Amino acid sequence: MNDVETTNPGGTQTVHAAGVSIKDLRKSYGSNEVLKGISLEVRPGEVVCLIGPSGSGKSTLLRCVNLLEQPNEGAIQVGGFEATDPDVDIDKMRRKVGMVFQQFNLFPHLDVLRNCTIAQTKVLKRSQGEADKIAQANLERVGLGHLAKRFPDQLSGGQQQRVAIARALSMNPELMLFDEPTSALDPETVGDVLAVMRKLAREGMTMLVVTHEMAFAREVADRVVFMDGGVVVEEGVAERVIGAPQQPRTQEFLRRVLDPTHIEVAED
Amino acid sequence: MAMTARQRAKTSLYVQAGIFVVAIAALLLATDWKTISANVFNFGRIGPMFPGIFTAGLVNTLIYTALGFIVGLSGGLLLALMKLSTFPLYRWIATGYIEFFRGIPALLVFIAFGYGVPLAFGVQWPIFVVVMVSLGMVAAAYIAETLRAGLQAVPKGQLEAARSLGMPQWRAMVTIIIPQAFKIVLPPLTNEIILLTKDSSLIYVLGLTASQYELTKFGRDGISSLGAGLTPLLVAGAFYLVVTIPLSLLARKFESRSARTKR
Ligand SMILES: Nc1ncnc2c1ncn2[C@@H]1O[C@H](COP(=O)(O)OP(=O)(O)O)[C@@H](O)[C@H]1O
Ligand SMILES: [Mg+2]
Repeated sequence: MNDVETTNPGGTQTVHAAGVSIKDLRKSYGSNEVLKGISLEVRPGEVVCLIGPSGSGKSTLLRCVNLLEQPNEGAIQVGGFEATDPDVDIDKMRRKVGMVFQQFNLFPHLDVLRNCTIAQTKVLKRSQGEADKIAQANLERVGLGHLAKRFPDQLSGGQQQRVAIARALSMNPELMLFDEPTSALDPETVGDVLAVMRKLAREGMTMLVVTHEMAFAREVADRVVFMDGGVVVEEGVAERVIGAPQQPRTQEFLRRVLDPTHIEVAED
Repeated sequence: MAMTARQRAKTSLYVQAGIFVVAIAALLLATDWKTISANVFNFGRIGPMFPGIFTAGLVNTLIYTALGFIVGLSGGLLLALMKLSTFPLYRWIATGYIEFFRGIPALLVFIAFGYGVPLAFGVQWPIFVVVMVSLGMVAAAYIAETLRAGLQAVPKGQLEAARSLGMPQWRAMVTIIIPQAFKIVLPPLTNEIILLTKDSSLIYVLGLTASQYELTKFGRDGISSLGAGLTPLLVAGAFYLVVTIPLSLLARKFESRSARTKR
């Protein structure tokens, strides 16, 4: 997998973007096979949205990419790293991969700035001064430069999630994983987070995003992948998968997501 | 005359208070105040306890407690991490240790290290080492359980976030998980210090020189030398309260603070 330098058309940010290549990935918990042979390609600078019903294995797939979960079978390449090689330096590989969680997972005992510098100083061995500068720049990037001295519990959910994005960006990742980043947010703060992600996508970041925000996926994603029951059911350009899905399961899922007030009587 | 439920509850409270007052009064009347005042409240004769009870007794109690706490905290942290380890042998060792030292009286541990070690190995540890080891090993067992609960109370996502930023497991524990766990267990940990302060009195079973006396030994010594009956023990007891009550208030303050930040 080659890395490429991508530049966003309208801006100055340059991102060193990495690609992901997943082949025949299988993952079981006990006898419960959650991923049943997933193959997925994300090219450097590409934005791929993963959609699908709850329990279909989206989070597990994402977590396998940065080895928070150990795959049982298959191969994953991230940037130049063979993630599934037993000899891979996991911590070194993870530095290339930023991850944003549904529950933010900010460190509550550290202020916003320290949240964004702790891994820089401890893992990348940057000086505190340099780390502060980088963290501050990334906080500005997500529009929260003025909140550097606050603690996480003094922020709204949307602000916390944007700090979490800045924290990940401060490690100069070449790939960003988002696991339902707006699902735990109050509706009025969702837009700010999506705006930051949209900007990141335009800057050329490689992004793999699990989301239920279909409007966002349609607008930002280069490709959309629909998963169900641990397999990829359908994938393609956003416009086609969301606008004109071919598979019945995709159609059914989208009908429910796009029209949640539509009530169907359960069949069982 | 029928009473409302509220009236009945009120009357019942008055009756309870009345019984309590009568019982206390009976106890006070039955007491032999002359003997008591000569043997328990005989403050006229305790002059010689000062300033030693401060400069040796209180100071040594605090030193012994601190030594025991330092060993107990480090040992307890190690045991807690072992108990949460994915490696079964570590879990078994930690569980065995914790059950053993929580299950036997601390007094036996003092005797084992004070008298058993010289017998077995022919070496006599200095007294502060005996205290540090005995008190520390008992404290470690209790603190381990407290810390384990604290470590488990830190949300799982914290470790995942730290690992996803490239921190190795140990680094994530040290900079992210353990500090949060300590914050959570601050109130019970303060209570452990109170227990330790009192347990440090068990050192009386060892032969101490006067400069090594802590509060209880000081009080017991006063009983035999001052002719004021049990009064010296009462004084020693008061000194314990001087230490333990502020600690208790501190624990409560930590508790209300964490209750507030939780929301
Ligand atoms: N740590 C785990 N242990 C056991 N089962 C798990 C674990 N994590 C996820 N699962 C199971 O794997 C399946 C897929 O979960 P997940 O990847 O979280 O789905 P999604 O993110 O699409 O909702 C679910 O059935 C879930 O119960
Ligand atoms: Mg999920």
